[in-house]
Amino acid sequence: MSTAAPYTTIIGLEVHVQLMTRTKLFCGCSTKFGGAPNTQVCPTCLGLPGSLPVMNRQAFDLALRAALALDCTIAPFTKWDRKNYFYPDLPKGYQISQFDLPFSSDGTLEVVDPKGAFEPRRVGIIRVHLEEDAGKSMHDEAAGTGDTRIDLNRAGTPLCEIVTQPDLRSPQESRAWLNELKLLLVYLGVSDCNMQEGSLRVDANVNLHIPQADGRVAKTPIVEIKNMNSFRSVERALVYEAARQWEEWQATKAEMGKTPKQTRGWDDPAGITRAQRHKEESSDYRYFPEPDLVPVTVTAEQIASIRGEMREPPVSLRKSLASKWTISAYDADVLVNQGRELVDYFEDLATRVGEGKVASNWMQQDVLRILNDTNSTVTAFPIRPAGLADLIGRVVKGDFDTSRGREIFAEMVTSGRPVDEVVASMGISAVSDDDVLALCRELLAANPKIVADVKSGKEQAAAGLIGQAKKKNPNVNPGKVRATCIDLIRAME
Amino acid sequence: MQPLEMSAVDLVAALRQGDITAVQCTTVFLDRIEATNGTINAFLTVDREGSLVRAADIDARRKAGKPLGALAGLPVALKDVLCTNDMPTTCASKMLKGFRPPYDADVVARLRQADAVFVGKTNMDEFAMGGSNENSAFGPVRNPWDLSRAPGGSSGGSAACVAADMAPVAIGSDTGGSIRQPAGLCGITGLKPTYGRVSRRGLVAFASSLDQIGPMARSAADCALIMETIAGHDPGDSTSLSVDVPRYTDLLDKPLSGVRIGRVPEHYAEGLDPEVAKGVEEAFAVLKAAGATVHDVQLPHAKYGIPTYYLIAPCEASSNLARYDGAHYGHRAEPGGHAKKAGGFESPLVEMYCRSRAEGFGPEVKRRIMLGTYALSAGYYDAYYAKALRVRRLIRQDYLDAFQSVDLVGGPVSATPAFKLGEKTDDPLAMYLVDLYTVGTNLAGVGGISFPCGFTKSGLPIGFQLQAPPLAEPLLLQAADRFQRLTDWHRRRPKAAGEVKA
Repeated sequence: MSTAAPYTTIIGLEVHVQLMTRTKLFCGCSTKFGGAPNTQVCPTCLGLPGSLPVMNRQAFDLALRAALALDCTIAPFTKWDRKNYFYPDLPKGYQISQFDLPFSSDGTLEVVDPKGAFEPRRVGIIRVHLEEDAGKSMHDEAAGTGDTRIDLNRAGTPLCEIVTQPDLRSPQESRAWLNELKLLLVYLGVSDCNMQEGSLRVDANVNLHIPQADGRVAKTPIVEIKNMNSFRSVERALVYEAARQWEEWQATKAEMGKTPKQTRGWDDPAGITRAQRHKEESSDYRYFPEPDLVPVTVTAEQIASIRGEMREPPVSLRKSLASKWTISAYDADVLVNQGRELVDYFEDLATRVGEGKVASNWMQQDVLRILNDTNSTVTAFPIRPAGLADLIGRVVKGDFDTSRGREIFAEMVTSGRPVDEVVASMGISAVSDDDVLALCRELLAANPKIVADVKSGKEQAAAGLIGQAKKKNPNVNPGKVRATCIDLIRAME
Repeated sequence: MQPLEMSAVDLVAALRQGDITAVQCTTVFLDRIEATNGTINAFLTVDREGSLVRAADIDARRKAGKPLGALAGLPVALKDVLCTNDMPTTCASKMLKGFRPPYDADVVARLRQADAVFVGKTNMDEFAMGGSNENSAFGPVRNPWDLSRAPGGSSGGSAACVAADMAPVAIGSDTGGSIRQPAGLCGITGLKPTYGRVSRRGLVAFASSLDQIGPMARSAADCALIMETIAGHDPGDSTSLSVDVPRYTDLLDKPLSGVRIGRVPEHYAEGLDPEVAKGVEEAFAVLKAAGATVHDVQLPHAKYGIPTYYLIAPCEASSNLARYDGAHYGHRAEPGGHAKKAGGFESPLVEMYCRSRAEGFGPEVKRRIMLGTYALSAGYYDAYYAKALRVRRLIRQDYLDAFQSVDLVGGPVSATPAFKLGEKTDDPLAMYLVDLYTVGTNLAGVGGISFPCGFTKSGLPIGFQLQAPPLAEPLLLQAADRFQRLTDWHRRRPKAAGEVKA
């Protein structure tokens, strides 16, 4: 982060997320990803003559859930509009969207970096509206024919468009905010936010505010960046674009308003943005109210019922998790950021273990390490909470020391077998208190020098006994051996 | 009585009683179509084979004592703007020549369910845009009363086929008068129901907020019979009304005592043909004799009807017709290699769009797409479209206010009887004025009916129109039916068509 930069980077985002509905926004076709081209279509989403749309209320309710979680004001009355433009993947020649009366507006979502890499940022949401997706154009340039193939499976899939205020101040912050937004929408079951499958798409608007010697602030022309297919790309594209605008400013001193808003595409392999060709009719979409649909009304009861069904959003879950299980804010943040399933796993584990801090440590140091190493998710993790709680309980009890426990854990992950079986297969057996006592007496008898040292106050001398104990019985808990030996020596006095 | 001369109500009864088989009935009309369509050009598609198969199936089911639909065996003609999964649906446009929809319109499905027999698809103005049927890409329809004259439009084929006995009933669509005006000019009865009463699903859209499907037949009683089948809620049309469908046929044959009918003095301004004016006044007299009372009412914003309509309808049409771009179905221009040359198209795609639409659409459709595109453009929207919507609300309010003091509003359907083919084709504005008395009904979203109330000295039908409050179709049909029990204008048959027959 270039805090020393002679300018401020001003960023606003436009995010499209596909809602997790079973069927499309205006017809009954499936929204499942990956079907053979043009197999999930009907007269309505094909835009055939005479076909009509009928709103999917489930999609509307999911969008309401997202808007409520973003603290938006919900309009009691909202309508649909047609956005007219010609493109082969838009079979009706218009997209059904929302223009001047979006169903929600004026929200906010805050992002906080737990390590304090940037100041907490509250980002305003201008509006959230619902619209239908277009189909997919696949340009067959490799074949050299210039043919384009159209797949309309996606046409009519419900999309929620979220438009922020230009409140973000750095590429890093923007990426973190997108992560927070994604986390929220996934928590609420609004979208799977899978960027690879196109269920989350981001465009960014960026320019620079440059203080001038006379106290005035010069603003560079706003550039809209498209074609970013990961949050990492968003961050990289913004870093590149801010630097590019700074260079351009130094060369041209061109300010906002003197040139029309430019659209640039992110070229990920090249790591640069490129100017895109201007559309011939700079976006006159001839919006007008969609006459085939009736306006939608939203009552206070409907809002209350949707609120009632909503799970706790990440921002409050972090706080409640920390206080409920007496873990640090940082630990709660790490757990919550891994997603709802991991939090559920943790809470199950913590309940069984009976202590949040211990459960949290195992989650952070052991479970997450494996998940990261194997690039896997907690739902696929081979040890379920009951099995892990069993292991942790025995470590806490002192049956095994922590490093022994880790070995058992690793074997449980690999084999998928429960603690007892793993312990048996590794030849580990728990050592009873009587065995420890007998072993310690034997050691004290054989090591009078150490006994004398301890008696004279050099307790650290007891360490010499532990190595010997381990040799005699690898399953003994070193801490227990040490404590028992010292107790016995004290008792001799 | 011969099937050709029988009402739909009587035909259904004769079929039910076994006086005539569905195959016999269908054959009579198919033969009549074969004999006259070369002259009238009312049909774009005649489905002889399919309709006879369906008729034979109905006869077999009747013979086997199986249950049959309410219209079992009744021949019905469909305006070619209604999607049918077994016949082409062209909207009389080169753009959709040979286009076969994969589904039936809701109305078509309901009629099929009722065991009606579809004899064919009728000619019309291209995409229902026009008032004379001269905008068909497949040639104009001739008025059976005078073959040198237009049948009106846009449902001109549906009106002419009923007038020429080619079908006992036809289905039309009415966006600004397209059922009522041709019904008036062809001497038949046509009902434009309340917006939302009949599902629009599968009706190829012209202007979505104005389009409505309705029956066209020889009498109000026949229209009532068809309405019982085609009206009703369709969950597939969000603008369809969820209101029970009355038994329209049971509500006929009632005196009009106590019914108040409004008369609009502005209707009799300059431009109204004196013979039409006389016919309309005589119709009021008949209704009075039947027990109704007649009162002058005001529709102060009626004079803005035409300009309002000719903004709203083209705006919606410009968007509704965007889908005909050559990319997915319909007419596609062959690549011409004009892209990327100086003065050419900016890309092969844009060239394909432009040339497909230039070749596929006729001049009137293009005119309306341009009007609508212009009026919706940035900087013009408020001055045109938004203002037209405000005036539309005033027009609707005029009607609702008038219906506080009267039950129906009556008057002429058109200012003149049927005009000559070619008479108005060079003057779009004169053509737009043929909708003068009918567009208000659509803008207000209410219902209207048109039926013959006399003939000119030269033998052309004169139409009378009644308009009613939302969902008052029973009263419209009742009043028209009472009128038809007291007069016989609707029983007259055109000589021209008779000559064709010989």
